[in-house]
Amino acid sequence: MMTRLHQTRRLAAPLAGLILLALVASTGAAPTGPPIRIGSTLALTGPLAQTALLHKIAGEIYVEELNRGQGLLGRPVEWIVLDDQSKPDLARSLYEKLITVDKVDLLMGPYATSAILAAMGVAQRYQKLLIHNSFGMPHLAKYEMHIPVNPFGPEPNRTIPATVFDALAATSTPPKTVAVVTSKFPSTQFISAGARDVAAQRGLKVVLYLEYEFGTRDYGAIAARIKDAKPDFLWVGSLGLDSNQLLEAMRKLDYMPPRHLHLFPAPGPLATAPDGKLALSTTDFEEHPPFTNNPLATRWVTLFHERATKAGVPYIRVDGQAANEFAAWQVLEAAVNATKSLDDKALAQWLLKNKVDTIIGQLRFDGPNNFGDDLTKVKQVQEGKWVVVWPKEYAAPGARLLPP
Amino acid sequence: MPSLTLLGQSVISGLLAGGLYSLLALGLSLSWGLLRLVNLGHFALAFLGAYLTYHLGTVLHLAPWLSVLIIVPIFFGLGVGLHAIFVRFGVTEFTSLLVTFGVTVIVESIIQLVWTADFRRFETPYATASIKVGPLFVPTLELLTCLTAAGLAFATWAWLRFTYVGKALRAAAEDPAMAAAFGVNHRAQAFLLSGVSAAYAGVAGGYIALISTLAPSQIWAWLGVVFAVVIIGGLARPIGALLAGLLIGVSESVTMAVVTPAWAPLVSFSVLIGLLVLRPGRV
Repeated sequence: MMTRLHQTRRLAAPLAGLILLALVASTGAAPTGPPIRIGSTLALTGPLAQTALLHKIAGEIYVEELNRGQGLLGRPVEWIVLDDQSKPDLARSLYEKLITVDKVDLLMGPYATSAILAAMGVAQRYQKLLIHNSFGMPHLAKYEMHIPVNPFGPEPNRTIPATVFDALAATSTPPKTVAVVTSKFPSTQFISAGARDVAAQRGLKVVLYLEYEFGTRDYGAIAARIKDAKPDFLWVGSLGLDSNQLLEAMRKLDYMPPRHLHLFPAPGPLATAPDGKLALSTTDFEEHPPFTNNPLATRWVTLFHERATKAGVPYIRVDGQAANEFAAWQVLEAAVNATKSLDDKALAQWLLKNKVDTIIGQLRFDGPNNFGDDLTKVKQVQEGKWVVVWPKEYAAPGARLLPP
Repeated sequence: MPSLTLLGQSVISGLLAGGLYSLLALGLSLSWGLLRLVNLGHFALAFLGAYLTYHLGTVLHLAPWLSVLIIVPIFFGLGVGLHAIFVRFGVTEFTSLLVTFGVTVIVESIIQLVWTADFRRFETPYATASIKVGPLFVPTLELLTCLTAAGLAFATWAWLRFTYVGKALRAAAEDPAMAAAFGVNHRAQAFLLSGVSAAYAGVAGGYIALISTLAPSQIWAWLGVVFAVVIIGGLARPIGALLAGLLIGVSESVTMAVVTPAWAPLVSFSVLIGLLVLRPGRV
């Protein structure tokens, strides 16, 4: 485990670089020439729009900051974002359009596993680099020029549950029975099925395993089954609002499991809901030290708050979703600056051989299917906001995994 | 085998979920059956009503029932206005699908523009309140939704069956020329019915705001199951819509409890297909 001192040292070099970059940028000329056009889609409408909006805000901030400095290779950057309506088939068509009609210089990935997989096929056909930041099924990503920025590691179905169960095992009342309830959305189902297996391997009794359709409206019967199973710990393979709806349904039955974790919930509604108290989830960035122990992160968090407020987002705190988008742009900028090129193959080759320091930590892309380390942390809702509680060296100051 | 408590709880949960299906289906069933307009915009109006209830409750701190009292007459006017547009452009049963699909997309965009794509939750102290009956729990809000659906269904049935306007509407739907020959002013009554349907959407919206967390895209989440309820219940049959909603709700919920939640979405359409096979002249 890395100590906080080591972590500070690790961050010192990139931090010095960033300060130097800021100084150069402040004295250097504004970007000139034809813009470098970077194309992507995001789920601006449809069921994934709530989270994709956070990605859009994060990306816009990065591009504006880039253009406020020296741009890329001294040229301004133009980000073309199309709405894939949360539909992978539409994402596929739009990436085709971005490459063949809009003739963008570079690509940035869409939001969520299904759309990324669709875009990856197009990128592969045209041999374009695809940097993306929310892909949950690494074993399906066979394209050699895809760069996964979300730090799930090559086996998130094994490593993410392991991190969660490690955190629970370190408490004074570790669970003995587990219920796993998951959406059939590909990545959540994949990781949650892994949670069931990891729990069993660790000697925990899996008292319930259920899958429900993405878009389920009524959680009453699911809540009744969980209540019937009486688990010590409930793992919810949720996406977006599922968690809130399930918790409300359980509350109506006057039941709440002692501990519950939600895989990919909408962060705001769960943190602010009365039933979300002490809920657990996973992340790789939250807006507290040690994540914000550098000026770049502090500035980015401030800018995000301003933008999110302006965009009418009710919960404006930065979490892993927005941070992953920001990190994806950091990875792209690092590769372009290092290679002094916009050539997709040159950029991909550089990224596959080098590590990149980002807001979510140091990333590498030389593992199986280009995935590097799993940097997952466990977070918990405490006093209406998410704070990291595990591993201890990343915990918010004074925070620990609170018992039920 | 599931326990009796689990089965009982899932039946209650299904009945109450079915109440909301019925409430949403009621207006749609009326406009489809009596005006020959397949109004997809009904879902958009319901969610607009939900967002307005949320807004009035969270910004102006109005009680939900007061918000609904404000929304219902406004939506009645909206329904009349929409019908005026349909009449002006000669919208038919088939083209109404396309036109109201467009209306739904526009309303969804407006909702997203005003309230963003992010989730909105109208927190109320009674959102998670339940009545305990032995080992079973009956959520209060859902129970109220179900009772409202039943009340409106019976009131609408009585209106159509016993009043002159109701009889005239049914006659005009059956044979417009003959009804006109008997002095039925179908045009005026169609405006009235359109307004009533939209007002029902407003009522449903009030309950959706209290029960659900809101997101613009959820407009589409109810479409399939509510259409199944309308068809199973029979067009312009309010009691049919109520019973069909309860049937689908219970079937889905028991499937979730006994088999697996993943099979629940199959239920409404399986029931629909079964009914169409057994009674092909239903629609």
